[in-house]
Amino acid sequence: MRFVLSFRAALAPMLGVLLAATAPPAGANEGVAVFSDTSRIASIGGSITEIVYALGEEGRLVARDSTSNYPEAAVKLPDVGYMRALSPEGVLSVNPTGILALHGSGPKEAVDVLKKSSVPFIEVPDHYNHEGILEKIRIVGKALGVEAKAEKLAAETDAKLTAAERQTAAIKDRKHVLFVLSTQGGKILAAGSDTAADGIIKLAGAVNAVEGFSGYKGMTDEAIVSARPDVILTMKGGGPPISEEELFANPAVASTPAGTSRKMISMWGGYLLGFGPRTAEAIHDLAVSLYGNQVTD
Amino acid sequence: MAEQSIAGAVRVMAADGDRSARARLVILLLCLALALCVFLSLTSGASDASAVRVIHDRFTGAMPADAALAARDQLIVYDIRMPRVLLGALIGAALAVCGAVMQGLFRNPLADPGLIGVSAGSSLGAVAIIVLGATWLAPVTLAFGTLALPLAAFFGGLAVTLLLYAIATRQGRTSVATMLLAGIAISALAMALTGILIFMADDRQLRDLTFWQLGSLAGSTWPKIGTVGPVIVLALAAMPFLSRGLNALALGEATAGHLGIPVQRLKYTAIVAVSAAVGASVAVSGGIGFIGIVVPHVLRLAIGPDNRYLLPASALLGASLLLIADAVARTIVAPAELPIGIVTAVAGAPFFLWILLRKRGVIDL
Repeated sequence: MRFVLSFRAALAPMLGVLLAATAPPAGANEGVAVFSDTSRIASIGGSITEIVYALGEEGRLVARDSTSNYPEAAVKLPDVGYMRALSPEGVLSVNPTGILALHGSGPKEAVDVLKKSSVPFIEVPDHYNHEGILEKIRIVGKALGVEAKAEKLAAETDAKLTAAERQTAAIKDRKHVLFVLSTQGGKILAAGSDTAADGIIKLAGAVNAVEGFSGYKGMTDEAIVSARPDVILTMKGGGPPISEEELFANPAVASTPAGTSRKMISMWGGYLLGFGPRTAEAIHDLAVSLYGNQVTD
Repeated sequence: MAEQSIAGAVRVMAADGDRSARARLVILLLCLALALCVFLSLTSGASDASAVRVIHDRFTGAMPADAALAARDQLIVYDIRMPRVLLGALIGAALAVCGAVMQGLFRNPLADPGLIGVSAGSSLGAVAIIVLGATWLAPVTLAFGTLALPLAAFFGGLAVTLLLYAIATRQGRTSVATMLLAGIAISALAMALTGILIFMADDRQLRDLTFWQLGSLAGSTWPKIGTVGPVIVLALAAMPFLSRGLNALALGEATAGHLGIPVQRLKYTAIVAVSAAVGASVAVSGGIGFIGIVVPHVLRLAIGPDNRYLLPASALLGASLLLIADAVARTIVAPAELPIGIVTAVAGAPFFLWILLRKRGVIDL
């Protein structure tokens, strides 16, 4: 059994290394709300990065994720990958003194390891409504120790959002909007409740045509027909764009009011669904696309 | 590359024509290569953490000047790189040995868990847990917890293998052509069922699936090693005992039987071990192709078809290659990370073609 010996010989160096391994001390950094050192921040999530820029604190950023592509200057920062497929060593390699991560960052294994490190990890909740945006701004401001600035930005954003929502307040005939995330393989993935798409549709004074499920799910042709959307809403910049021809070639979509009037609106994903400082403008743009001159300024 | 030095050593050894001595030398070199790959893999990464320093400090109890940085580096080395190196080596070894065992069992150098549908079966099991784990399969996930996914992947792979074997075997003879064709059909069926599940998935599950299907060792954590590690280790430990039987099997089942090899038991042991190892590997790392065919094949060219040497050599080379591929995946687009399946294919395919071109006409299958 000579080869068994070679197996053992191969394992020896590994075992030697492993014998030295014992569990390192876990960092007791969960539940912090303020970074003790704000000089090197890794920002995970497009809206978080936007808020840091809006606060004028971009000098503290040392890394971003691939969803952070606004403003233009953010693109120059080192990219630690897609927010849901983070590499823990990659994030730690930029030597951050704090990690600001939007809720939903992952995978779970990576986040667990990051939370175990001594680098403070602050997870920012993501609620798809007016109050949620202000909450994000306050949490980011508090984490960076610039609460006064954050309060000012929150107040401005609050006023802008209120004004944007008021533009459609008087409209009686509410449009029903179907948000289509993707049409891959002929399967229409639509936004139900508890999604950013649902939130922005409501803020723009319209109604989500989908009822009865949360998150993004595939819709059958019959469900699309019975949802009777007046408008199809899609996003750009998140993979291959959805073409109008392809969408309206689907008989179920073509039979809806949106199909007969060929009404499809396409907006940039980060702008439309980010729920950050630019959302008031996005609400206005979406409302104008939906209601045209009925929008009151 | 280690292959260069091996090739040189092989030429020297070929002079005295002693195949087993040559094989032993190659295995020794592969042990060194693996030790080197473990070292390289532990010392490379997106960050500048020095594994050597961390381990040295741990052994000597030295107190580094910058405690915070030392703590970070400890975490990177012990909680990120080390489980990844360990699991990567295990999975690489498993994939390569399983390929070699399959090829011996089917007496066909093209048999490979991926080609004949074991991987597709494992994927189906894993995807079923990801998509249906909260609804139809809730009892399974509740009963087995974190073990549910590797178990489902294992049974998916096992079901496909047994089905395939039943289809391709007539009166104790396995038809190679039937096996390959049946494997393609079963693969297609398993992929179609996986497709149905993907069709049912919501966006969060789809993200999990995409991440998982690209193949990655990113999910390697100590708890994961605790669940799938023993399965792979047990399966690998069973493999050396198969080598004599597989050698005899090369002469045909009847001859092997006359030589006193318990053929039926050998077949079942091989099938269960392969399904277990591939199932567990697929469950952690998703789809990493290519290693199961290329590694045994290159080694057959180097040391001949004797399974007593081929299996341990495959384990060593498979582990080394996957570690190198993972080190590349972790560093090439730092601070982000590339899916390892891409690396193995991009690096492996041209290398394999080059070997084929060099050996054209003298390939002894």
